[in-house]
Amino acid sequence: MFKKSLFALTFAGLVALAGPVSAQSTLLNVSYDPTREFYKAFDAAFAETWRAKTGETVRINSSHGGSGKQARAVIDGLDADVVTLALAADIDAIAKAGKIKPGWQKRLANNSTPYSSTIVFLVRKGNPKQIKDWDDLVKPGIQVITPNPKTSGGARWNYLAAWAYGAAKANGDQGKTQAFVASLYRNVPVLDTGARGATTTFVQREIGDVLIAWENEAFLAREELGKDEFEIVVPSLSIKAEPPVAVVDANVDRKGTRKVAEAYLDFLYSPEGQKLAAKHFYRPSKPELADPADLARFPKLNLVSIDDPQFGGWAKVQAEHFAEGGIFDQIYKPTN
Amino acid sequence: MSGRRNWLQRLRQESAIPGFGLALGYSLTWLGLIVLVPLAVLVLRALELGPSELWRIISDDRTRAALRVSFGLSFLAAVVNGIAGLAVAWVLVRYRFPGRRLLDALVDLPFALPTAVAGIALTALYAPNGWLGSLLKMIGIKVAYTPLGIFIALVFIGLPFVVRTLQPVLEDIDHEIEEAAATLGARRWQTVFQVLLPTVFPAWLTGFALALARAVGEYGSVIFIAGNIPYVSEIAPLLIVIRLEEFNYAGATAIATAMLFIAFVLLLIINLLQVWTRRRLGHV
Repeated sequence: MFKKSLFALTFAGLVALAGPVSAQSTLLNVSYDPTREFYKAFDAAFAETWRAKTGETVRINSSHGGSGKQARAVIDGLDADVVTLALAADIDAIAKAGKIKPGWQKRLANNSTPYSSTIVFLVRKGNPKQIKDWDDLVKPGIQVITPNPKTSGGARWNYLAAWAYGAAKANGDQGKTQAFVASLYRNVPVLDTGARGATTTFVQREIGDVLIAWENEAFLAREELGKDEFEIVVPSLSIKAEPPVAVVDANVDRKGTRKVAEAYLDFLYSPEGQKLAAKHFYRPSKPELADPADLARFPKLNLVSIDDPQFGGWAKVQAEHFAEGGIFDQIYKPTN
Repeated sequence: MSGRRNWLQRLRQESAIPGFGLALGYSLTWLGLIVLVPLAVLVLRALELGPSELWRIISDDRTRAALRVSFGLSFLAAVVNGIAGLAVAWVLVRYRFPGRRLLDALVDLPFALPTAVAGIALTALYAPNGWLGSLLKMIGIKVAYTPLGIFIALVFIGLPFVVRTLQPVLEDIDHEIEEAAATLGARRWQTVFQVLLPTVFPAWLTGFALALARAVGEYGSVIFIAGNIPYVSEIAPLLIVIRLEEFNYAGATAIATAMLFIAFVLLLIINLLQVWTRRRLGHV
C-alpha cells in the first residue's frame, strides 16, 4: 500500500511539474549524512499531508553531508528553511551567527529532538574477537574503526559513549577516564573524516575488528550488506544520541515559508512521523505512536544523556573535549 | 617625440608589434583579480590574529607535524617524479614503438581524474585486502593508511607535470648535438651527463616545482589513503578542514598562511636556481 501511494505521489509530482505551477512552495531541509533514507520517505508523507490539509503543493529538497560542514554552509548563506543536524552544538553555531533565535531548543517538545539514536558496535560474522563491551575495545591487538570526532558529528557521539563508559568504570575519575579513551584511540588505525567513510573502511576494505557506529547506520549496513556478514553488538552502556531540529528563523522570515517549515517539523512528532522514524531505525521520542514491531528491534541498554552532570550539555562538552587543544587533542599528544 | 619619457615608455622594449601597454595592464589586472586578491584576503584575515597568536598556532606541535608530513612527502614525491618522469618523457620523445600514442595519452590521466576517484582507486588497490596490498602484506609492507600511502598518491598525481614540461624541450634537442659530442670524443655517458642533462635541467626544475606545488595542495586523493592519524599521517590541508569544522576560522587561516609562505619560499628558491643554471649553462 505504501509503495502504491508513493507511486501516486510521484505521478502527482510529475503532473504538478509539467502543468502550470500554482500555490507551490519549496522547502530546503539541511540534514546530516545517515538520514538520507528516512527523510526521503518522510518528505513524501509530509507533502501529501500538507496538500490534503491546505491544497498547496510543497516541494522538499534535502541536502545531506557531514553535520559540521552542513552547519557551516547554512552560516555562510545556504538557504535552509529547516536544519536537522547530528548534534545541538552545530545548531548552536548557526544560532550564534544570528540566523536562529536563541533558546531554539525549547521551542519543540523533548528538547527539539523528535527521534534519538545511540551508539553500538558492528563486528564481523561470528564475532571472532569476542567483543562484548567497551573493555574489549582497549585490549591490545584489537583494531577499532571510528571516524575523527573533529570532522564527524557521529564520531563525537562515539567518543562520548566511550567516555561515559570509562567514567562509570573509574567512578568519575577524570584522569583514568582519559587514559581509557586514549587507549581506545590507540587501537584506531584509520581516522576517517565521516561516518560513511568509516563504514566503507570497515566493510569494503575489511580493516578493523569492530566499527563504532550510529545504531541506525549499523542496522542499515547489516540490512544492505547481508545479515550473514556482520553482527551488531550492544554494549552495556552507551550514549543517548540526540539529533535536534530547528527552523532557520532568518531564512523563513525572508522567504515567507515559516508556516510550512514549522508544520514540517511538527509533522516529525505526529504519529506518522514517529512511525516512519522507528521504521528507519531511529528511536522515536513518543514510542507509543510507533509500530510495536519496529520498537521491538531496539535493544534495551543503559543510556547516558549529554545533559548528564558529567557532560553538562553540548556547549561545555564542545569546549572541553573537542575545541583546539581540548581533551581529544591531548590524547593524541605523543609525549604522554 | 619629445624628450619627455614616462616610466612605461622606459620599460617598453622596441618591437614591431604594438600593444605593450594594453597587454601589460591586462595581465596585471587579471593576475591581481584571480591570484592576488584572494591571497591578500587570506593573509589579511590571518594578520587579524596578531603576530603572537599567529605564531602560537603555527608553532604548535600538531601544526608543525602536519606541515612536515605535507611538505616532506611532497618533496620526496616530486624527486621520484622527477627521475621517473624524465625517463618516461625520454622514451616517449626518442623512441618509436607500437602503442606510443596510447602511452602518451595515459600520462594525462592523473590530470583529468577527479582526485577523490584517484584516492579511492589507490586505496582499494593498496588496502590489505586489495590486489597489490595483499601481496605487499606478505612481505610485511603496509601502504594504505600509512605515510607511504600518502607518498604513493602524491607520486600518482604529480607525474604528468614533469613529463609534460620535459617533452617539448627534449624534442627540441637536435641529434646533431649528440653527434657533435661523439665526434669530439665524448663517451656515451659523458654525452648524457654533460651535454643532454644540463640542457634539460631548467625545464626539469619547472616540472619538479609544478609537481611539488600540486602535491602540497592535494587533499582529495590523500585523505582516502592516509589514515589521517594526528602527528603521523595527517596532512596540513586536513588540519585546515579540521579547524574549519571546529568553527575556528582564524586557526584555519593561520595554517593556510603558513603553507602559503613555505610554498612561496620554495618556489622562489626553485626559480632562482633556474635563473642561475640558465646563466651558467647558457640559454636553452
